[in-house]
Amino acid sequence: MNPRILAATIGRILRQLRHDRRTVALLVVVPAVLLTLVYFMYVDQPHPPGRPTVFDRVALIMLGFFPFIIMFLVTSIAMLRERTTGTLERLLTTPLGKLDLLFGYGIAFGLAGVVQATIASAVAYWVFGLTTAGSSALVIMIAAINAVLAVALGLLCSAFARTEFQAVQFMPVVVAPQLLLCGLFVPRGQMAGWLQAISDALPLSYAVEALQEVGAHAKPTTTMWRDVAIVTGAALLALVLAAATLRRRSG
Amino acid sequence: MDDAVVVRDLVVDRGRRRVLQGISCAVPRGAVTGLLGPSGSGKTTLMRAIVGVQTVTSGTVTVLGRPAGTAELRHRVGYLTQAPSVYADLTVRENARYFAALHGRGRAEADGAVADVGLTQAADQLVGTLSGGQRSRASLACALVGDPELVILDEPTVGQDPVLRADLWARFHAMAAAGTTLLVSSHVMDEAARCDRLLLIREGRLIADDTPDAVRAATGVDDLEEAFLRLIRASEAGHAGQPGEVS
Repeated sequence: MNPRILAATIGRILRQLRHDRRTVALLVVVPAVLLTLVYFMYVDQPHPPGRPTVFDRVALIMLGFFPFIIMFLVTSIAMLRERTTGTLERLLTTPLGKLDLLFGYGIAFGLAGVVQATIASAVAYWVFGLTTAGSSALVIMIAAINAVLAVALGLLCSAFARTEFQAVQFMPVVVAPQLLLCGLFVPRGQMAGWLQAISDALPLSYAVEALQEVGAHAKPTTTMWRDVAIVTGAALLALVLAAATLRRRSG
Repeated sequence: MDDAVVVRDLVVDRGRRRVLQGISCAVPRGAVTGLLGPSGSGKTTLMRAIVGVQTVTSGTVTVLGRPAGTAELRHRVGYLTQAPSVYADLTVRENARYFAALHGRGRAEADGAVADVGLTQAADQLVGTLSGGQRSRASLACALVGDPELVILDEPTVGQDPVLRADLWARFHAMAAAGTTLLVSSHVMDEAARCDRLLLIREGRLIADDTPDAVRAATGVDDLEEAFLRLIRASEAGHAGQPGEVS
C-alpha cells in the first residue's frame, strides 16, 4: 500500500459520491424514515417497568443494520461498475496496488457509514428518545465498523457477479441470513444448536451482541471489545480475500 | 538502440478461440508505430498482452527490457483502452487529477494533460455529460498524464473531427520526437500514412511489419489501403493450401 495513492483513491470515491446528490440524500433520509416507522409500530406496545422498551431494543440494532445493508449494496454496484466500464482494468495497469483500491473503498464508504450512523443516531436519540445505558459514541463506532464489514463483503462478492442483476442477488444471499440469525428475532441462546452454530460463524451476530452490550451497560464491557475485534477481523479478512480474487491478468 | 517492445511467438486463446496465432514483432523506441487491421483481428488482444493484463497461452512479451506486466513497468507504461475508461460521475479535471496522483504527478500536470487533448473548456463538466469524442479524449488525457515512456493507445482517434484528429497526431509525433514510444491502433487506413512504422494484423497473424514507404514499394501501389488489400490477398493465397487451419 502507498499512502499517497490510498488517499487519492479515498478522495476520488468520495468525490464520485458527492456528485450523486440523490444517493447522498437517500443515504441520510432513509434510515430516519425507517426509524420513524419502527417508533410508531411499537409506540403503544406495553413493556415491563424497568426493562428497555421494544423500540429501544429494536432501534439500537437497526442503527447497526442500516450501514451494513446499504454499504453492501452501494459497494457491490460501485465495484461492478469499475469492472464493466473498464476503469478497473485501467487502474490495474497503473502503480495502484490492489490493497490501495480495496482499502480505499473500505475507508471511503466507512466514512459515509459514519455520517449515516451519526445522523440516524441523532434522530433515534433526540427525536424518538432512544435510551441506552452506554454511550451513543460507541453505537456510532460499531455502526461504522459494520459499514466497513459490509464494504469488504461487497467487494468480495462483486468478484463473483458479472452483471448488476447478479450483484443485487448477492444481497439476500449474504445479508438476509445474517439479519435472521443475529439474535434480533429470536435470542441466540434460544436457537436450535445448529442454527446457533451458523449464527456463531456470521460476523453480524457479534456486531449485534456488541450493540446489546452498549444498550445494557454504562461502561464498555470486555464482551463488547471482543465482539468489536471479531467484526473488525472479519472485515480485514474479507478485504484480503477480495484482494486475492482481483486478478491483474484476464483472458 | 534496442526496441521498446519485443513480442516473440505470441499465442493467445480467449475461450476456445485462438485470437493471436504466433505473432512476432518489435516496436522501435521514440517512434509512432501503427497497429492496423480490421476489427476482430486481434489488435486489442495484442495491446493487452503488451500492457500485461492479458493471459497468454505461449510466447513472450518484453517491454522496456522487462517481462510485460512487471510491477515496475506500471510507472512507465500508459494505456488507453478502446472504450473510454474514465469515471462518468467525475469531472474531466477530477479524473485527470486522480490518474495523475496514481503516477505521483500533481495538479499542474493534470491540467496540462487536459489542455493537451483540447478539453480545457470542458474541464469542469462531468464526463457522463460529454459527447463520445470528448469522453475518449478525457480518457486519453488520463493515459498521458503520467508522462509514460511507452504509450499504448487503442483507437484513440475514433469519433474525433478531422481537425482534432490532426491535432492529436501532431501531439503523438511531438511526444515521439521527445523520446516517447507510441503504439497506436486504428482500423482506418488513412491513419497508416501518419505512422513511422506499421504492423498489419489480420485474423491473429502479422502480415506486414515495415515503414509506410516500404509497404508501398513492396506492393507497387501508392495508396496504403490498396497496398494492404494486396498484402491480405497475398497472405490468403499463401495460407490457402495449409491443412488444419484454425480461423
